Amino acid sequence: MSNLLAELYERMLESLLAVGRYALFTGRLLVETPRSLLRFGLVVHQVHNAGALSLVIIMLSGLFVGMVLGLQGFDLLERFGSEDSLGTAAALGLVKELGPVVTALLFAGRAGTALASELGLMRATDQLSAMEMMAVDPVRRVVMPRFLGGIIAMPLLAAVFSMIGIFGAQLVGVQMMGVDPGQFWSQMRGAVEVDDVMEGVIKSCVFGVACSAIAVYEGFHSLPTAEGVGRATTRTVVISSVVVLLLDYMLTAVML
Amino acid sequence: MPQRPGAANESCIVRIRGLHYAAGARVIFDGVDLDVERGAVTAIMGPSGTGKTTLLRLITGQIGPDAGELLVDGQDVAGLNRSGLYALRRRMGMLFQNGALLSDFDVFENVAFPLREHTRLPDSLIRNIVLTKLQAVGLRGAADLMPYELSGGMARRVALARAIVMDPEILIYDEPFVGLDPISLGVVLRLIRELNDALGISSIVVSHDVREIAAVADSAYLLSGGRVLASGKPASLTESDLAEVRQFMRGLPDGPVPFHYPAPDYAEQLLGSAPP
Amino acid sequence: MRATRAIELGTGLFVLLGFSALFFLVTQITNKEIGFGDSSYRLTAGFEQIGGLKAGAPVSMSGVTIGRVESIGYDFTEYKAKVVLRIDGNYDRIPDDSDASIFTAGLLGGQYVGISPGGSETFFKDGDQIDFTQSAIVLENLISKFLFSKAAEQGDAQGKEEGN
Repeated sequence: MSNLLAELYERMLESLLAVGRYALFTGRLLVETPRSLLRFGLVVHQVHNAGALSLVIIMLSGLFVGMVLGLQGFDLLERFGSEDSLGTAAALGLVKELGPVVTALLFAGRAGTALASELGLMRATDQLSAMEMMAVDPVRRVVMPRFLGGIIAMPLLAAVFSMIGIFGAQLVGVQMMGVDPGQFWSQMRGAVEVDDVMEGVIKSCVFGVACSAIAVYEGFHSLPTAEGVGRATTRTVVISSVVVLLLDYMLTAVML
Repeated sequence: MPQRPGAANESCIVRIRGLHYAAGARVIFDGVDLDVERGAVTAIMGPSGTGKTTLLRLITGQIGPDAGELLVDGQDVAGLNRSGLYALRRRMGMLFQNGALLSDFDVFENVAFPLREHTRLPDSLIRNIVLTKLQAVGLRGAADLMPYELSGGMARRVALARAIVMDPEILIYDEPFVGLDPISLGVVLRLIRELNDALGISSIVVSHDVREIAAVADSAYLLSGGRVLASGKPASLTESDLAEVRQFMRGLPDGPVPFHYPAPDYAEQLLGSAPP
Repeated sequence: MRATRAIELGTGLFVLLGFSALFFLVTQITNKEIGFGDSSYRLTAGFEQIGGLKAGAPVSMSGVTIGRVESIGYDFTEYKAKVVLRIDGNYDRIPDDSDASIFTAGLLGGQYVGISPGGSETFFKDGDQIDFTQSAIVLENLISKFLFSKAAEQGDAQGKEEGN
């Protein structure tokens, strides 16, 4: 029995240490941010890596999520005779929740794993050590641009997701299920506030910081083996997903 | 040449006295004394696992010793802060075991990397320097290739060009002969010697290839069990009185380092009385 | 690393798309109201019961939004809720005998202030008080009124029967 307790204690200690390491690393990344923005070319390259290359999956997912929202929303609202509010339901659902959260989860899967595996590979092939030896700080040169690229890309991706999602909902609701287009858009306009959109933007910014930090942390600290890189990418997705959902709850509770 | 800090008239560019270092419970260095002479090629040899790479990391300041003195060009490496360390490393060039080229850049950009990061030289000047260094290693025509298109030997030569692009005072080679075919070996040997003499630098070669070291080094140290077993000219090491040194230098399969890993009695194990 | 032309172009397009999406979301799906500017003016109104009225709720006439509820307080001299309304300066011809009532938008919607015009030839100025107000309808009061009147009806009917 005492063995079990001892192990539990060890595990908790390890988790605490891990959280601490993460926090310190993220803190360092945030501190380095102003300086790293000056190397704009590197950041642009990474915004492309994290953002532009994720566009296809984000747009496709946004479309399908929007369409499902249109279908389910219509079905639900029809029971109360409120189909005309479909626009409102879809817009609010996407802009406040689905946009930021689903984008973050997809981002973790596509861009997060790319970041983690790139850094992990550099670690495994001694490229990071070589940079250290050449008196180039690998955090500044390689990690920071990727971190900033992710942060910049995320809110933009979430906005694109929401926009396409709304059109998807409209496609299903108006074109297919017969909701009046005038009602669809006017009800939406009447009910959605700028605050709602801003809530979504804030959420996606926070998710951007979290997912990017997790991805670069895992990649940078991965074991320099093939298995190590694989583990880093898996951990990126798992940890990012859990953290995003947790932060989502916390932010929603605070902002509501 | 500008006066280097702490230069004085030290004949050793790297001076190690009484080095102690342990990684966790394992003692890696237990009192090591080592001198790297200016302008010479110094070899550091030893069986696998004696911590040769660890020694390099200590010299370059990536890790700090537990005890002992480690001076590079008169400066105590362990006492340097980050910027001091980076300033020191800019005067050193290091060749990693697998080249460690940046996989996203082509050969030219790889060699140009330190220049772009540390200097504000115009592109035309960078181009000239890079091509000159590539010429020195014989790969000027490969400037457009990507690292994955290079053979092992070529990758190492590109890494060498990158290591000398900032005109360092110390060149460190970490296992430069591993996995090379005879021709590439000959090329690397020639480069180590020529660069050392032509550029007036000091070279440290970490390796366990006795024959190659004998061909290129001015002096050699044999490390084993955390200590310096022997030092001196490579030829004198081959003729050493110590059995361990002789076994290593001549590549004898059995000797102080036994052929058989410790195991229970053979007959007993085969006939079933002792556990495997 | 110097970003190649293609990458710069791609990133530029991406950022443009992202910001357009953001712009779309902010402008096309919200009911943004350009601020009232400096020509707005204040009116106050006292209500016995404001129900669920909140600051920021719309003020409308005949359904047209002409202003917002700026703040809600309590007046201890008149023992009523005191609501401050900010009216857009374009609507400066509200008769000063108009009344303000609190309505509910839709079945489950939020509450808002509706102003019905009176017949006076003089108009409200900045700082004026709306004298005629009608409080919000609270559901419990409505239900108890309904039950009470139902019970009264029963009582009358029984009384009539017995009387005959």
